[in-house]
Amino acid sequence: MMYYSRLRLLGVAGVCLIGLLLCLPNFMRAPTPSLPWRQIHLGLDLRGGSYLLLQLDLKSLEHDRLQSLQDQARQTLLDKSLGYRDFQKDDQTASLSFEPRSDEERAAALKTMQDLPVVVPDEFHVAENNGRIVLTLQHDAMLARARDAVAQSIEIVRRRIDATGAIDPSIAREGDDRIVVELPGVSDPERIKTLLGTTARLTFRLLAPNPSVASPGSAMLEDISTHSQVAVQDHVDVDGTDLTNAGAVIDQQSGGWAVTFQLNSAGATAFANTTRANVGKRFAIVLDDKVIEAPNIINPITAGSGQITGGFDAHSASDLALLLRAGALPAPLAVIEQRTIGPSLGAASIHAGIISLGAGFLLVVVFMVLFYGRFGLYADIALFANLILMVAILSLFQATLTLPGMAGMLLTLGMAVDANILINERIREEVKRGRGPLQALQAGFERATSTIVDSNATAFLAHVMLFVFGTGPVRNFALTITIGIVTTLFTTLLLSRFLVVRWYALARPKELPV
Amino acid sequence: MLSRPLLRFVRDDRRINFMRGRHMGLIVSAVLSIASVILFFQPGLKLGLDFRGGIIVEAQTPGAADFGKLRSALEKAGIHPDAVQAFGSPRDVRISINAPDGADREAQTQKLVDGVKTAISAAEPGTQVLRADAVGASVSSELFRDGLLALGFSLAMILAYIWIRFEREFAISAVVTLILDLTKTVGFLAITRFEFDLVMVAALLTILGYSTNDKVVVYDRIRENLRKYRTMPLRELLDLSINETLNRTLGTSMTVFLAALPLALFGGSTLTGFATVMLFGIVVGTSSSIFIAAPLLLLMGEKRLRKSGSAPDAE
Repeated sequence: MMYYSRLRLLGVAGVCLIGLLLCLPNFMRAPTPSLPWRQIHLGLDLRGGSYLLLQLDLKSLEHDRLQSLQDQARQTLLDKSLGYRDFQKDDQTASLSFEPRSDEERAAALKTMQDLPVVVPDEFHVAENNGRIVLTLQHDAMLARARDAVAQSIEIVRRRIDATGAIDPSIAREGDDRIVVELPGVSDPERIKTLLGTTARLTFRLLAPNPSVASPGSAMLEDISTHSQVAVQDHVDVDGTDLTNAGAVIDQQSGGWAVTFQLNSAGATAFANTTRANVGKRFAIVLDDKVIEAPNIINPITAGSGQITGGFDAHSASDLALLLRAGALPAPLAVIEQRTIGPSLGAASIHAGIISLGAGFLLVVVFMVLFYGRFGLYADIALFANLILMVAILSLFQATLTLPGMAGMLLTLGMAVDANILINERIREEVKRGRGPLQALQAGFERATSTIVDSNATAFLAHVMLFVFGTGPVRNFALTITIGIVTTLFTTLLLSRFLVVRWYALARPKELPV
Repeated sequence: MLSRPLLRFVRDDRRINFMRGRHMGLIVSAVLSIASVILFFQPGLKLGLDFRGGIIVEAQTPGAADFGKLRSALEKAGIHPDAVQAFGSPRDVRISINAPDGADREAQTQKLVDGVKTAISAAEPGTQVLRADAVGASVSSELFRDGLLALGFSLAMILAYIWIRFEREFAISAVVTLILDLTKTVGFLAITRFEFDLVMVAALLTILGYSTNDKVVVYDRIRENLRKYRTMPLRELLDLSINETLNRTLGTSMTVFLAALPLALFGGSTLTGFATVMLFGIVVGTSSSIFIAAPLLLLMGEKRLRKSGSAPDAE
């Protein structure tokens, strides 16, 4: 306990030195080749910026799948010449049901339904109920689909945000059906909210034979260019997934803004076929269930490119082009939590954090010297090393530091000297009992260790729990405290003890300054 | 060169008879805790945005804020704020609106925040938005649940740890003391009207962790003394243990207090409440280590602990 091997000494000194090196990048502006370039990230509360929590619309995903499953089931029954009656879709229970034409065909229809291709395993359940065949979508399968959809959405969200020129955005999944978007430096997230809130599913569909009345196979949609309702066929002729490019341009004829688009070969062929067969009729360009415009087909469009003129201005035209290029979201996303910190508040918070950290550190340092003399000074040196090591570990993991995180660091510093206090008080007691300096030091270190471990273990457990169950700022607070407990054990059990031992070996005092 | 300590809290040979005041301590503590529980129900805690849902916009106007003008601008935009109040400097305004009801409330909440920003910048051109938060009702209830879960699990972990490391009497008295500490802190929250949010949950947990730490140190000493002085009556032994650890208890409380103090003074609106509650918790935790945790042990384990201490002494 009183002897430090050369190896151990080098180890302690080495860790402190590495810690110091790891801290340095945080105080520099540009990377230096000789240093590992890892910095602490400042949280949004310190940097200023926006945090958005987006939720995927599971219902809409379910609704879409039910629709496609219905088309699939009907088509398959038709292909196998199995008849059905009274085909029903129930969004509430997420189920489809129909009655087979005859009892003889029931078994075959059931088998056909069970053999329908699925997107994910166990996607739906097929059962017979009162002579009807019922297909019910399974919740777990829908969650699996939601996870896929979220992964897909993250990609699209990233493309959309990148296109706005936001710097250093962070986009991550949370849970099964949520996405967290962090936008440092964006203090007005309205445009991004609008961009992310648009599904951007573009479809080209023909208008119903009588555009003013909804008939089977068509639905009334709002035409935003004329502010009226038109009946548009459900059948989609060409879909936005076939787009290869889009851009905002000024329309040569009208002088207003327009969006041009380019289709891939499959899309171009389908577009050509549709327009060729329907010259003189109207078709609708539909974006998220809103008709942008519904022009007449004057000539077949065979080049696979076209132009949308829907009363755009420069802003809305370039936003729509951006959305079309980035692709459609698999399901709508809704913002359910938004937090924005303006740049001036962020700067004020950094200021408050640093002042508090400095003042708190100073108060503790002075207290330790006044109450524990020379050993208090050693504790202060260890405390400084503690601060450096905390910053070093946070830099190493490129962790984020928030204002509560800074509070966590400060509290760690306050708690850290507890170990020194325990050791000192113990040494003092041993001295009062009449032990010599060496025995007193030894007994003090030994006896205090179990208490130190005990008291740190409880704090460690409590904050790990807080980290696991906490969210946002609380997690960061728990993280810094948890890291702080580890560095505290190192600096007090090894470093400050080493300083005391070193002093004793050099000075050989007859009495201890306790 | 400064070598010896200049100051000390208590002289080493001083023996304060803490156990004499044990009934007083327990009664005062029980009364304060009961009062706190009453305060928890009436008037109750002031829930922060995290747990309540709704929106808060904090803005700084170019000149002194004209609350009437801002309020009427909002009303004109069809927004009915629940509070338009000052905070910090006379130029700072905080506008808060509770989460709207109805089917479309999530989208409404998010729309409101943009509406407020637009309305106030139109009324006072040059207004800077310091902070704009909108928390949907579903998120706030989840955050509340997660916060309570974190609190509950931490308490359970602390209990389990003490249970494993110490005898049952110690574990029970520690947890009873912690609950008494926690209720008082909640009472303090109810009186001071600091907002109860996620950061406050972190404060409560830190207080719990700190208070446990304090009790563990005193209990460690009691256990050690139980082995060392085999015939000493428990009451005397507890007094001795508290006195022996008194300088440490006060020293550590002081350093944590000193570390938290600047946060309470300069921490800004986010951390002032957090740090003030921490300071209160430190005082409560320290005094309960002395006046509650040990007397409870005396109350519960007069006979049992003396017997269990009769194992052969290792020293």
